[in-house]
Amino acid sequence: MDPNYKIALLENIILMAAMLLGTLATAMLRQFIKAAIALAFTSVVLCILMFKLAAPWAAVFELSVCAGLITVVFISAVSLVRPATEEERAAHVRFKVRRYFLLPVVLLAVGCGLSYMPVRPLPLLATTELVTDMRALLWGPRALDLLGQILVLLAGVWGVVILFKEET
Amino acid sequence: MPSLLVILPLLAVLLLNLPLNFLRRLAQPAALLFAVYQALFALQVLPAGCTGCPTHERWFVNVLDPLTSVLLLAIAIVMFAAVCVLRATASDEKHGFNALNLMLLAVAGMNGLVMVRDLFSLYIFLEIASVSSFLLIAAQRDMGGLEGAFKYLVMSALATMMMLASIGLLLAYSGSTKFMVVAEALHAHGSHGYLLTAIGLFLGGLLIKSGVVPFHGWLPDAYAAAPAAASTLLAGIVTKCTGVYTLIRLVQDVFGPAVATQQLLLIFGALSVVVGALAALGQSDLKRLLAYSSISQVGYILLGLGVCGSANKFAAQLGVAGAVFHLFNHAIFKTLLFVNAAAVEKQTGTRDMNRLGGLAQKMPITGLTSLLAMFATAGVPPLAGFWSKLLIIAALWLAGLHGYAVLGIAASLLTLAYFLSMQRRVFFGLLRPEFAHVREAGWALTVPSLLLAAILVGVGLALPWLIGSFLLPVKGF
Repeated sequence: MDPNYKIALLENIILMAAMLLGTLATAMLRQFIKAAIALAFTSVVLCILMFKLAAPWAAVFELSVCAGLITVVFISAVSLVRPATEEERAAHVRFKVRRYFLLPVVLLAVGCGLSYMPVRPLPLLATTELVTDMRALLWGPRALDLLGQILVLLAGVWGVVILFKEET
Repeated sequence: MPSLLVILPLLAVLLLNLPLNFLRRLAQPAALLFAVYQALFALQVLPAGCTGCPTHERWFVNVLDPLTSVLLLAIAIVMFAAVCVLRATASDEKHGFNALNLMLLAVAGMNGLVMVRDLFSLYIFLEIASVSSFLLIAAQRDMGGLEGAFKYLVMSALATMMMLASIGLLLAYSGSTKFMVVAEALHAHGSHGYLLTAIGLFLGGLLIKSGVVPFHGWLPDAYAAAPAAASTLLAGIVTKCTGVYTLIRLVQDVFGPAVATQQLLLIFGALSVVVGALAALGQSDLKRLLAYSSISQVGYILLGLGVCGSANKFAAQLGVAGAVFHLFNHAIFKTLLFVNAAAVEKQTGTRDMNRLGGLAQKMPITGLTSLLAMFATAGVPPLAGFWSKLLIIAALWLAGLHGYAVLGIAASLLTLAYFLSMQRRVFFGLLRPEFAHVREAGWALTVPSLLLAAILVGVGLALPWLIGSFLLPVKGF
């Protein structure tokens, strides 16, 4: 195997493992601020992966939309909760251990199983044409999706206005 | 022009939020006007019964087939009713205005969803409708609403993840996300393991979005906890569009009637019909009963669609026609029942059926229209629900799926049982003394009730015309 390919593969595996850890931390951390930082970390790692997989525009969108908007919404959620009592914290730790202890083991087993599974390669019928000009991509084949994304963002903004305005 | 159905709600949201007070007062009339425009647009293209009417525009080309037109009409009718309910039940002007903005965004999402012919665009419009719905459920920020929205959000995120993974696999294989290209590619190598996984993932995601058994956990909480107008929109059309319509469209245009798909739809359909009806029998909260009833009725739609792979081509066509017809009918009678639930809750302050009784004396319009909706849901002739169930059961029988046909008939009796129980506990019997002062709800709730009841009767009586003009032209297999 080409040594450069080996290094690239290793980098991708490390990045994917880091992303997995980031998502687990987002779901498991008790403090919202820490969970939001873990979410931002996940977004950054995903962004790097996208750059490496030759999808620079998707990476830019990931970084700007996810690391920006979602993190803001996440932090805003702090205003909706009260601090947990000692008893609730202890119960939460017990719950977390029960629920999440096996998750990494299961994921690892599934990953190993899939990598050793004898599969026929997917017969690709066509290759996706790589559009390198951002303007052509957005205002050409995906213009309708752009309109859709504006609507999603608008709904997100309304969500922040409705759910958090009075508390912040 | 189809694009206007997406652009106008977006423009309305932007304009209504300009810092001019008089624009806020125009918000509800503008939304009602838009619903009327959309209904007229759908009715204009519906009688032609054309599959793929030519439309000369850039975004939505040749999209106005009968299935899309029926859905556009249903969206318009339900939106009209939901805006009326909002007018009658909004706690204050600010909450009403916020909810109206979200409803407009949800409608733009649903309109786009039923008109696109591209998997990724479909996903984006599906997300618009879903995100707006989460916020509509949580808009009042009470614990029930937040819990319902959170459950819906979590299940929806799971469905989204499955659908995106599927789109990725299909894009890698076919080089495009357009329905036609993906369908051709699947036709060429559809039996490959990766592609079967992709189809399974997408169908799984859509079954979660449809709220069928066993993925239904979020649905009763979301419907019951949402404010009245939001639950009317959500139960009336949102889950139908984001789940059931998309399922019909993709099975019809992209995935095709494979045997595995057929079996999947029949099994989940049968489970939903029975479990939904049995669970509805045990409810005391009016909106939760209606939510479980929705699960059961969506099961019928899946049973109709499950005939799609039958060797008997007429049965397959009849099954899909029945599924689409029941989808439309369900949107109408479920909206009517939720409008009436809103009226009962507004006038009495409770949804607990054990605390209600005899309201038909004080609320005759609500009582009568509720009775009509109940008969339509249970499949009593000549109301619309009878014909759609008949089409589905006839298709199942013709396809040789006798067990499923008998199950459908038996579950109709269960439907009648839980609705009779509801009617008895809420509208019949002796009036409780504490409700002696109760009066009929205002016009904002009675007008949509009467309109929806008229549609149920009218569609039932007009079946001979509807069968030929738009039901059977819904593409068979």
